[in-house]
Amino acid sequence: MPRCTAPPRSAPPAASGAGGGGGGEGRGGDTTMLLMLLRRAARAGVPLLRAGPASPGRARLSSAEPRARDGPVEEEVEVEEEEGCYQLYPGHIPTSPLQKVLLAAGSACMALYDPYRHDMVAVLGETTGCLALPNLRDKMKNHPEGYRILQERPRIRLSTLDMDRLRGLPDGTLGREYVRFLEDNKVSPDTRMPPKFVDDEELAYVIQRYREVHDLMHTLLGMPTNMLGEVVVKWFEAVQTGLPMCVLGAAFGPVRLSARKLQVLATELVPWAIRSGRNASCILNIYYEQRWEQPVESLREEIGIFPPPAVRV
Amino acid sequence: MAAAGLCPCRALLARRGGALRALCGSVRGLAAGPETHFGFQTVTEEERREKIYQVFQSVAKKYDVMNDSMTLGIHRVWKDILVHKMNPSPGTLLLDVAGGTGDIAFRFINYVRSVRERQLQRKLRHHQNLSWQEIAESYQEDKSKSLGDSQVVVCDINKEMLKVGKQKAQHLGYSEGLSWVLGNAEELPFDDDMFDVYTIAFGIRNVTRIDLALQEAYRVLKPGGRFLCLEFSQVSNPLLSRLYDLYSFQVIPVLGEVIAGDWKSYQYLVESIRRFPPQEELKAMIEDAGFFKVDYQNLNSGIVAIHSGFKL
Repeated sequence: MPRCTAPPRSAPPAASGAGGGGGGEGRGGDTTMLLMLLRRAARAGVPLLRAGPASPGRARLSSAEPRARDGPVEEEVEVEEEEGCYQLYPGHIPTSPLQKVLLAAGSACMALYDPYRHDMVAVLGETTGCLALPNLRDKMKNHPEGYRILQERPRIRLSTLDMDRLRGLPDGTLGREYVRFLEDNKVSPDTRMPPKFVDDEELAYVIQRYREVHDLMHTLLGMPTNMLGEVVVKWFEAVQTGLPMCVLGAAFGPVRLSARKLQVLATELVPWAIRSGRNASCILNIYYEQRWEQPVESLREEIGIFPPPAVRV
Repeated sequence: MAAAGLCPCRALLARRGGALRALCGSVRGLAAGPETHFGFQTVTEEERREKIYQVFQSVAKKYDVMNDSMTLGIHRVWKDILVHKMNPSPGTLLLDVAGGTGDIAFRFINYVRSVRERQLQRKLRHHQNLSWQEIAESYQEDKSKSLGDSQVVVCDINKEMLKVGKQKAQHLGYSEGLSWVLGNAEELPFDDDMFDVYTIAFGIRNVTRIDLALQEAYRVLKPGGRFLCLEFSQVSNPLLSRLYDLYSFQVIPVLGEVIAGDWKSYQYLVESIRRFPPQEELKAMIEDAGFFKVDYQNLNSGIVAIHSGFKL
């Protein structure tokens, strides 16, 4: 289905933010409506009462409601905006603040209820990351390598990675250990969910980068993809990124662990993860794709991650 | 813009839609088929059929769970009311179109079974002076006709929905008197004058050519047969309407994302409800297809309406 690309973001912000303003303005004709649409597009939010007056757009044979005239115009305007004509990036679904709150609550409950719903964890991250994501983006902007990443927008995907070359690298290098991690745990970088509910195109890339770098975190921290390993990585990421989803995952993840694992977690792994997280520079500021040949030890030292404790995870 | 209110809204929307589409640069002039709507988008008829097929293919497994959570279980009451209104007697042949997961079919079977049981009980009370042997014999012959020759044919265009329906039937223990047919409401694979009752519950909204579906309904019904349509409709009460809109557009897509992992299908659902003709217009369309004594009953102030007509 062909989707409209976003209009330039330099469009002037909407003078009247209220959703109800559509009815009167729309009467001016197509041009006015288009201008209004462009203004509206500058703010990615959607008005709360979407359909406005009750009657939707279809022929009315008998109804003589005066509201009916405004109905289709206002509704068409608001709907076109939400419908995807002004989505900021492919896959973007604009949502109102109320919808974001409901999504955050719903996805948190569902993620706890059914831990296999990874899409719910992703949605939780997107809907609660409104403070942490701009923070991360600014950290990236203020760092030369991070800035380059934001400009070049590299993606870690099977199609962009040369798996054979990485496999051929000597043991102990980032590339070799990363491929080993993927094969041992039978995971693929292509299973990361694309962002849907982030209302800024650059922040959408930041969260996408964070998701794709997650496997590299596993490699650098030496943690497998079982529940214990995931919790440790979440603790590290929580300290590093401040994303509420990481914090929640770190706090609630251990709920499903056995007592012995909890003990190991509490005494050794979590303190190490927190120390490393605090000491390390921002993990999103490393251009991993250009460092495949670098030994993992040296990269750890450079970032500031302490060597993992000698515990079997 | 005073004339706008008098224009058929489809033309209005097509015009606006056209301007926007031109702006966005998509070429629709060469597209196949006349234009129609998919939710609030403008698409061709072929595209609409394809999209709707995909929507139901993707939601099929979670269809029942979503119905319960979206309507807080009230959809069960609506369907019960439909079957009570139908008041089928044993021996009725029902065609349930867009019957996918079988809700109406199962209710029909339950209803007919209970009517049959009451009939049998009444018969037995008259037989109180029979010998044990004669009573046991009458049990045998009645057991084989617990439905009294009633039959329901569930017809749906979507394979996934039928699959879910068949699994449900097996799980709940419905086997006799039930058939599952893959078919298009606009072109039913049945002969003329076959069925006593035709129902379509929450399905006619997804049909691309409603007029064709109504004509087919008229064709396959026996003379004296009844057409029943249960569908979302227009709410007359303004306050309730605003609350309903708020709930529909804010909560339902979120429920779709959280429960079924599918925002867009449920966005389509709430938009398609807004695009569907209101009660009076649907009544006129049913009359146009040739039905008599067409009437409608609003449930929950018009959130849902049951339209009924007879082929005479």
